[in-house]
Amino acid sequence: MRKKRSSIQESSTQKSSTQRSSAFELASGASDKHQCKRYRNINKSLTIASFALFSAPVMATEIDDSKDMEEADKTSISLPTIASEKKLEVTKIETALLYYQEPDRVTAAEGIFNLQASYGDKSELEGKLLLDTLTGASPNGAAPQQQQQTFTRPSGNGVYYAKNGETPLDDTFKDTRLQLNGNWTETLSNTDKVNLGFHLSREYDYTSLGVNSGAERSFNRGNSAVNLAFGYYYDIIDPVGGRPVSWAPMLFRDDFSSQSEFKQAFDKTRDLSSSIKQTFDLSVGFTQLLNRYWLVQGNYSFSYLDGYMTDPYKIISQIDERGTAQGYLYENRPDTRYKQSVFLLTKGALETGVVDLSYRYSADDWGIDSHTVETHYRYQFTASLYGQIHLRYYRQSAVDFYHAFLPELDELPEYGSADSRLGKLTAYTFGIKFGHKLQGGTKFSYRLELYQHRPQDNGDERVGQLAHLGLYEQVNAVIAQIGFAF
Amino acid sequence: MMAICGKWVKAKFLFLFVLLCGGCSTLGVQPWERDQFAREDMALDNEKLDLMLNDHIYFSKEGTSGGRTQGGGGCGCN
Repeated sequence: MRKKRSSIQESSTQKSSTQRSSAFELASGASDKHQCKRYRNINKSLTIASFALFSAPVMATEIDDSKDMEEADKTSISLPTIASEKKLEVTKIETALLYYQEPDRVTAAEGIFNLQASYGDKSELEGKLLLDTLTGASPNGAAPQQQQQTFTRPSGNGVYYAKNGETPLDDTFKDTRLQLNGNWTETLSNTDKVNLGFHLSREYDYTSLGVNSGAERSFNRGNSAVNLAFGYYYDIIDPVGGRPVSWAPMLFRDDFSSQSEFKQAFDKTRDLSSSIKQTFDLSVGFTQLLNRYWLVQGNYSFSYLDGYMTDPYKIISQIDERGTAQGYLYENRPDTRYKQSVFLLTKGALETGVVDLSYRYSADDWGIDSHTVETHYRYQFTASLYGQIHLRYYRQSAVDFYHAFLPELDELPEYGSADSRLGKLTAYTFGIKFGHKLQGGTKFSYRLELYQHRPQDNGDERVGQLAHLGLYEQVNAVIAQIGFAF
Repeated sequence: MMAICGKWVKAKFLFLFVLLCGGCSTLGVQPWERDQFAREDMALDNEKLDLMLNDHIYFSKEGTSGGRTQGGGGCGCN
């Protein structure tokens, strides 16, 4: 294959020199008068270019072979102007459209536009615009029951139902989110780089603003690099219907004689002021080239989160000794969280493609820890077509305050959540991707993945009817994506 | 005794760190042997849009996130 690639390179070199010789032949077919004029132009250009070499910093300019000689002359003459000016130049545009579907639950569509540009030879700029819409039903945290259940909507207006035996889902889940990111990277020297970025995300009930910055230094002849990065994010949460106060009960209109009486009681369970969450991220990374084909990367990340981290739409069932729900309480999570993770990656260049393998260990003071193993294997069918396999395994333990339900008569714990994302969980991803490159360099890619989300039994003692119900429902999601880059 | 143990542990970590750095200086390639790393598919951010979109999905479905890059700003993703 290496021989094949070499022969491809040789043939492309031959093709290119053929084009050049054809251009030469075409040029030599021109009239003598034209040739004399051209030589005069070349002399003039060489003189100007020689002065330019002494008077201004030299910048490499690529001369397109397809341009005729007249245009080439213009390029030479304009060289002093190019050398003295920094130009903003778009280097890469990437777009992707992703579709995510959970059967009978959430559907998400996400579009992303990423633009990279250079300003001179030391500054790089990157801008990202992301728009996503989510619709469908999301589990509200309540335990399933053998009889139909009724829930008040988060706004307090109206109700929704869960059929007997089914996982209760809030079917009013709908949101549109816009995200904007910018990043500027400056090369300070052959070994040092710094970057500065911003983040903005806005949706109906959530706003996130952030800044991040980092520095990278390479050493050992460029074979090793270390980087240090930090980020600060300020999130504002404005839940629909206001933020439920700690352990607020879900109220029902039918329990009140009038709407105003219900509204008055409902408002007492809500705090209408915005909630704030701040995130401080710090990471240290190391990259090392091992030999001509393999590299390794390691990252250590630390995050401190402070503020409102409760999910305002999630509830927990309060059950009696027969396993029957007697009421629902809005969940309550701690307002600080320390997170740490270690990420290790190795990536190798194969004669027929690329392979990578990574492992991540994460832990936090909520009691959750997780292990993630992930690999991508890319096979290059031809110089312009590849296929790729993606496998991922994820396993997490439950947070200390996870409860699938709460016994009605027990004293309330300080914190509690029945959100399956904080419970014991295993997840698998299997994906395939194909990509091809057109002659002009435009690239298309197509990706299809299956994501299996398997909540595990957390060991809560199931009493009465709960012993016969599926508390931990598996969800199979499909992810489809098309990408376009030029 | 505890202080001595602490110093001994620190010394061991320092020795390991120096050994690792020393090891790194013998690893790697010469500048003219970087042809494979110059390949587009060998760049660490070659599929950054895919990685970013995946991170967003996993962030909204799992209890831990980040690691490869910084966790970044939040969203109210359910």
